[in-house]
Amino acid sequence: MPNQPDLQLWLILFFPLLGALINGTLGRRLPKTVISAIAIGTVALSFLWVVRSLSELGQLDKPHIERYFNSIASGDLKIGFDLSVDRLSSIMLLVVTGVGTLIHVYAVGYMDHEEGFWRFFSYLNLFMFFMLILVLAQNFLLLFVGWEGVGLCSYLLIGFYFLEKFAGDAAKKAFIVNRVGDFGFSLAMLLMVVQFGSLDMTTVFSTASKLPVETSGGVVTAVALLLVVGACGKSAQVPLYVWLPDAMAGPTPVSALIHAATMVTAGVYVVARSSEVFLKAPVAMEVVAVIGMITAVVAALIGTAQNDIKKVFAYSTVSQLGYMFVGLGVGAFSAGIFHVVTHAFFKALLFLGAGSVIHALHGEQDLSNMGGLRSKIPIMYWTLMTAAVAIAGVWPFAGFHSKDAILLAAHAHAPWMYWVGVVTAGLTAFYVFRAMFLCFFGEYRGKAHPHESPAIMYMPLVVLALLSVGGGYLPVMDWLAPLYPAHEHPHDMSLILISVGFAMAGIFAAYYIYVLNPGSADGYAKSLGGVYRAIAGKFYVDEAYDAAIVHPIEQGSRAVLLDGVEDVVVQGGVGATVGVTRWTGGMLRLLQSGNIRSYAVYALLGAVIFLGVMASSGGAR
Amino acid sequence: MPQLNAVPMSWYLILSAILFTLGVAGFLFRRNIITVFMSIELMLNAVNLSFVAFSHQLRQVDGQIFTFFVMVVAAAEAAVGLAIILTVFKNRQTLSIDEVSSLKN
Repeated sequence: MPNQPDLQLWLILFFPLLGALINGTLGRRLPKTVISAIAIGTVALSFLWVVRSLSELGQLDKPHIERYFNSIASGDLKIGFDLSVDRLSSIMLLVVTGVGTLIHVYAVGYMDHEEGFWRFFSYLNLFMFFMLILVLAQNFLLLFVGWEGVGLCSYLLIGFYFLEKFAGDAAKKAFIVNRVGDFGFSLAMLLMVVQFGSLDMTTVFSTASKLPVETSGGVVTAVALLLVVGACGKSAQVPLYVWLPDAMAGPTPVSALIHAATMVTAGVYVVARSSEVFLKAPVAMEVVAVIGMITAVVAALIGTAQNDIKKVFAYSTVSQLGYMFVGLGVGAFSAGIFHVVTHAFFKALLFLGAGSVIHALHGEQDLSNMGGLRSKIPIMYWTLMTAAVAIAGVWPFAGFHSKDAILLAAHAHAPWMYWVGVVTAGLTAFYVFRAMFLCFFGEYRGKAHPHESPAIMYMPLVVLALLSVGGGYLPVMDWLAPLYPAHEHPHDMSLILISVGFAMAGIFAAYYIYVLNPGSADGYAKSLGGVYRAIAGKFYVDEAYDAAIVHPIEQGSRAVLLDGVEDVVVQGGVGATVGVTRWTGGMLRLLQSGNIRSYAVYALLGAVIFLGVMASSGGAR
Repeated sequence: MPQLNAVPMSWYLILSAILFTLGVAGFLFRRNIITVFMSIELMLNAVNLSFVAFSHQLRQVDGQIFTFFVMVVAAAEAAVGLAIILTVFKNRQTLSIDEVSSLKN
């Protein structure tokens, strides 16, 4: 393309990769200050390079594409290492590198006393590398490389405390559940190659935009639905959300960066990126919206009955991702991405705050052992409260703007979605403030002595708190508007007031139950009976998966692989070989008597037999 | 060159076979290492005899050259072997072949 400035976009990727390599290979021998400097420095450089590139690019009316080299050339299919920046990816770049930098800074304080400091930052930098590939990719295959790479880093970081069994199990669960989604994603790519003859996004989307809208079903719908399967895995939607709550086994900065702010929004990003495909497949759009709705409700319900502070926020993440899917599904792509941005701010803040609370209480995560921390750790209290108000959707905080954009779009699409969404917003406010009140109000119920976190930990929180307050005024939706077809943005005041009303009601309900009448919660739980037990049991989804998939596979493996292959083939085959060898050896051993004259007799016998054979066959010729 | 046909070929071979058999018998049945050693020399020389006889019979020099090689090897073997025998005797105060089977077990 002519007149395009060469911005060296690859540098954005290169810095974190360099950090990961240095810390990964030499980190064991480096002091902690150097490791931290490398880890933070490389991500910060990456952020600065993003800012510089975007300021050079200005309005970005057309995507800026940089092509480096061909990685696959097979017949007509050419797949290159191409990076691109458009209005959508510019937002993701800023969020990923900006929030990423803040969380790296925080992690230096949080991980200070942990074993494997260098390993942690090496993984974290590697994650940034893959996430930036995912965002910058100009073709689906390169995107998939980033997609799998972040999955790998997620696995490594969930299993960071790999000496604990639950961490290893959670890591494997995340990896395996994500495989289901990745399978759908790879099928989608194959179908694209067959149908569009290319994986380059520009080509695919321009081809797709010329096709007619498929009202009932067809190839484009199939591509879109397969992409949705992939997105459901990565972005933790029903029915593949089960890995995300378990992923909280990792260190808290990981939960904040990967499992709240960036990686889990990859599915939303891919759907928004492929909007041209989805707009031709209304069936797939409807599926996205319904999946998002179900996820939002189910996760919010489960969130009300969790006692682990990180689990509460994990289900809240699942629920908010559901909101984003609703936004995408009803065609309000920019609203969905807007929610990605604001959610990155306040959810990262919630997790980092929760991490600070856990840190202050020396590893205590159970809400029932907290309480009354308001006066003991005031900075945490104020920053976390900001995030809670933001996620509840109270004007003028960040969550209000993005959530209401989604809800209004949902109302324009189908009013029932609006009402379900509003009730869920009330639930969200309720469970988040339940956690807040249990943590910060009432009497302190724990034993550890809480202490305020060091500045390196609360400074990122303060920055994120400012963003959570003001993030709603970022012109994200206007910036994205040219990418997506004009969408109705009705500013219906009554609808907005209703949703805020539900949020306030949720907050007040939590205040009434957990502050004014502490201890009354058990009574309500009892009166709900089976419903409460189902919610507290997470709707027994894990148990259902166990019974339907894990248990049969385990039994099948035991019957076929262990009793069959292992015992009969491996043990039997190896055992028989060993037996034969040992018997033969035992027999041959008898020959080695150690008596020199017996050897001489053998030699003589050999010579006699040799001569005998020669003589009987007529002598040597 | 005068012919030596007065002594037929078979006589040489019979003598060689007798010497070889004596060597084998001595090797198998004697216990004294030095006797065993001499039996080996006897076998080698029995073979040498048949080499030379065949060489003469077939009018080819190969057999005689081979005999020299055997003699060189035998000399070397005698040197090394006697040295070993001396060392064995110094260490064990015995020359019985059955008592120096320490490689077994």
